[in-house]
Amino acid sequence: MSAPLAVVLALPALGAAAAWRMRSVRVQLALLVGIAVAHLGAVAVLWRAGAAGAAGAVLALDALGLLVLSLVSVLFLAASLYSVSYLLHGTHDEAAARERFVPCLLAFLAAMSFVAASRNLALLWAAIEATTLASAPLIYFYRRPGSLEAAWKYLLICSVGIALALLGTFFLGMAATTAQGTSPGLGFDDLLAIAPSLDARWLRAAFVLVLVGYGTKIGLAPLHTWLPDAHSQAPSPVSALLSGALLNCALLGVLRFLAVCVAAHEAAFAQRLLLVLGLASLLVGAAFLLGQRDYKRLLAYSSVENMGVIAVGLGVAGGATYGALLHVVNHSLVKAALFLLAGNLLRAYGSTVAADVRGARRRLPVTGVLLAVGAFAIGGSPPFGPFVSELAIFFGAMRGSAPWVGVAFAVLLGIAFIGIAGTLLPMLAGDGDEAAAAAVDHAPERAEPLLTLASPAALAAVVVALGIWVPPALDGLLRRAAAALGG
Amino acid sequence: MSGAADFLLAALTVTALYAVATSRLAACVRASALQGFILAALPLALEWRDGLAPPSPHVLVLAFGALAIKAVAIPALLLRSIRAAGVRREVEPMASLHISILGAAALVALAFWIAGQMVPPFRLPSRLLVPVAVANVLLGFLLVVARRQAVTQVVGYLVLENGVFVFGLGLASHQPIAVELSVLLDVLVGVFVMGIAINHISQAFDHIDTTALASLRE
Repeated sequence: MSAPLAVVLALPALGAAAAWRMRSVRVQLALLVGIAVAHLGAVAVLWRAGAAGAAGAVLALDALGLLVLSLVSVLFLAASLYSVSYLLHGTHDEAAARERFVPCLLAFLAAMSFVAASRNLALLWAAIEATTLASAPLIYFYRRPGSLEAAWKYLLICSVGIALALLGTFFLGMAATTAQGTSPGLGFDDLLAIAPSLDARWLRAAFVLVLVGYGTKIGLAPLHTWLPDAHSQAPSPVSALLSGALLNCALLGVLRFLAVCVAAHEAAFAQRLLLVLGLASLLVGAAFLLGQRDYKRLLAYSSVENMGVIAVGLGVAGGATYGALLHVVNHSLVKAALFLLAGNLLRAYGSTVAADVRGARRRLPVTGVLLAVGAFAIGGSPPFGPFVSELAIFFGAMRGSAPWVGVAFAVLLGIAFIGIAGTLLPMLAGDGDEAAAAAVDHAPERAEPLLTLASPAALAAVVVALGIWVPPALDGLLRRAAAALGG
Repeated sequence: MSGAADFLLAALTVTALYAVATSRLAACVRASALQGFILAALPLALEWRDGLAPPSPHVLVLAFGALAIKAVAIPALLLRSIRAAGVRREVEPMASLHISILGAAALVALAFWIAGQMVPPFRLPSRLLVPVAVANVLLGFLLVVARRQAVTQVVGYLVLENGVFVFGLGLASHQPIAVELSVLLDVLVGVFVMGIAINHISQAFDHIDTTALASLRE
């Protein structure tokens, strides 16, 4: 294992243990930001080194792993910086903050880093389950009945779902065993090498179980029921990580099995299933986006919708696979920015009901502008990043064997856009009730502290840039990752 | 050929059926503890079916891990949660319990049918292995969806996970022991976190009936 990879994997875990014993939230926050910076630095070194891990190693990074890890790292730094202001000025229990927030966040980072680097499919499963356990206490950070309910559903539904993914993982182990009883084990590289000789029936059953299992955690409809609750009840920086970083980790679990199916010439079967679940998620997401009254739930349903977009892209395959992976990047960045901005709105207005938020453009000018950018971007409007990736998926579908998929895709995206814009944009307009606004203002000293703006502004800037130009390094990484997935 | 292993696998299914059939929470948790003991003995029985060779260190570590985590630590955590919550019985009326027993019998039959469809590519140490694994997965799922008490739902998750564990034992090649232990450890930490959540639920609502957890809707 290379030194930067060791840093990426070990540092957050050590930091979590250290933070757990610290008495001061301020020191914890310094540690959090320090580790976030060091993590991103190590990931940058890994980019320079290229994603060529030793084949057969249990922990190594390939193109797909590096992609997921980079998004985790960037979003974690953004959420950490935001958390500094969130914890120092928030309205929460001091002891809860010290005992849970920073230690669990760092453990969460450690688990997600292991997901990205796992080359053994059983270890990958263990790491994905660990992400659930590290993030559940963060969801009920505020001990309200609602957040407790959300955390319970999250724990139980995701644990049960993921147990099915472990069964699917063992099914793949069965598919790889020969009649003489010899087996290469569950190493990803070993399985890819013998993929053409895998037992087709067990492989197909394995993919179904894994898609249902990890699909629960990705939030693919109809397995998404826990997601709007968990993502809307969690503190805003945690919501940003759940939607932006964690969903990709669960997706990586499915992508590993998709790669095995592609290598085993069973791609068509896997892609058909992805297409069905993807369209179902798009449909459910779009339906619940229309007329959604709670703006944090709106963002959560938008995640269901966008995971649907990605699944459709993977199901269409061909050129759409590249679009799906680019959409993973775009969705993560925009959604994280939007959840952080939702945190600013929640702090200023004290409500997650969209109708309670009026005149945000005047009262929170920077947040307002960024929110408008985010709303158009996540809705798939040009000239932002998601437009480019959704267009690539659309063209892939129209050129493919079933153009009706492309038509349905475009129509559902249009409905989703109406839902998002119809809820978020009215929040910006109007004068707002100044008297009521003053009464609920939790941050009288300064309406928009710099640390609550820096992260979403930086993320939004990247999304704007990605709408115009995909850097060659990222383009190359996406192409290599797509090549292994039938793209 | 594998009398001991077959006996243990049958006992595992009977224990899962007992967990479905009882309305007392403590009995349900003890059933999961009994499953833990059976799972600790099972790798030894599967390994020893040839008779002579002593068990490998790998199998010993796995058996001991299952014993410590599934038979001792997890049931202790759940029994503590039951005491803290002061709840002893499932609140459902008995009629529903009868229906779930009938459902459980149907699920066991379904498990054997599924196992008949999925022919393993090689000779498994016991022919009961696949049907028993699938039966436990299905029975665990039944407990999760058909019960209202949080503790029973956790036992359902454990029964389901035990089914998956049994299937893992049937694989020809063992995983690196670190991987197997991390899977076991995940389950322990999972139940630990669930136990904390149950304690918070009983503090917030004064009971652990999860049907009360339904305020988040559209």
